[in-house]
Amino acid sequence: MKFAVLRFPGSNCDQDCLRTLRDNFGQAADPVWHKETSVTGYDVIIIPGGFSYGDYLRCGAFARYSPVMAAVREAAGRGTPVLGICNGFQILCEAGMLPGALVRNRGLHFICRHVHLRLGLTASPFTSSGTVGQVLRIPIAHGEGCYFAAPDTLDQLEGDGRIAFRYCTPDGEVSAEANPNGSLANIAGILNKRGNVLGLMPHPERACEQRLGSTDGRLVFDSIIQSALSAVK
Amino acid sequence: MKARVTVLPKPSVLDPQGVATADAMKHLGWDQAGRVRVGKIIEIDLPGGRPDEEKLHAICRDLLSNPVIEDYTFDIAE
Repeated sequence: MKFAVLRFPGSNCDQDCLRTLRDNFGQAADPVWHKETSVTGYDVIIIPGGFSYGDYLRCGAFARYSPVMAAVREAAGRGTPVLGICNGFQILCEAGMLPGALVRNRGLHFICRHVHLRLGLTASPFTSSGTVGQVLRIPIAHGEGCYFAAPDTLDQLEGDGRIAFRYCTPDGEVSAEANPNGSLANIAGILNKRGNVLGLMPHPERACEQRLGSTDGRLVFDSIIQSALSAVK
Repeated sequence: MKARVTVLPKPSVLDPQGVATADAMKHLGWDQAGRVRVGKIIEIDLPGGRPDEEKLHAICRDLLSNPVIEDYTFDIAE
């Protein structure tokens, strides 16, 4: 199994993703520069966090036009799992591969801390090894993580059961107090219609080792690896 | 000739910068402000003269603004 970790000018979580994939999960993972025009040969594509193009204009506004994104769109169309973390989520929204947008945090501050997330679904290659309602403790680190979508888009996300993660209390209660950034419906992560593209603001790659304070992020990578293995069988 | 593109958050989108700016103006004793929205202006030199407006609309839609969260207007002036 081979992972591609995209790298844009300004990406800064690419090394975290590569390291955790290689060292914590024993997977083959390559950095893929944004000028590449092919992602052939990769089983999973990760768009990491950071500040692609300095967040100029809007977060992800330029990255969506990088050559590699056409290849990512094609691969997603063929069913390849695509995981966008933080800036990766913002890029997927800008690219129209996920609905909605991420705007400035309600409190205006950049927030870097562990939060609790309620798992909303297990019927996806990113969450299959979890249970619905499970609470995960994973860090966020963003200034523009407030999820916004038009009311009909939100209804569709709810109706289709595509809200993968919501901010919650340590007990799993999805409440206004547990919402760090003003995201509508406490949304921290969503799936595309087909279920093979996930965008989330929290950083699971920063929560895969006990010495980093949590191993709850392993659920995402364990799920991807197990799903890919069972797809091969 | 220049095009001046104004991009503002849609009324339905929470604009915390606008809220904070309105509060700051009140704190400074100026109470005339109602709702405030903070956006951006993009000034584009047009050495080739008047642009094809349809193409400028496309650039505003596809790059300069995100139609999910923002509205834009532009004007073209000498």
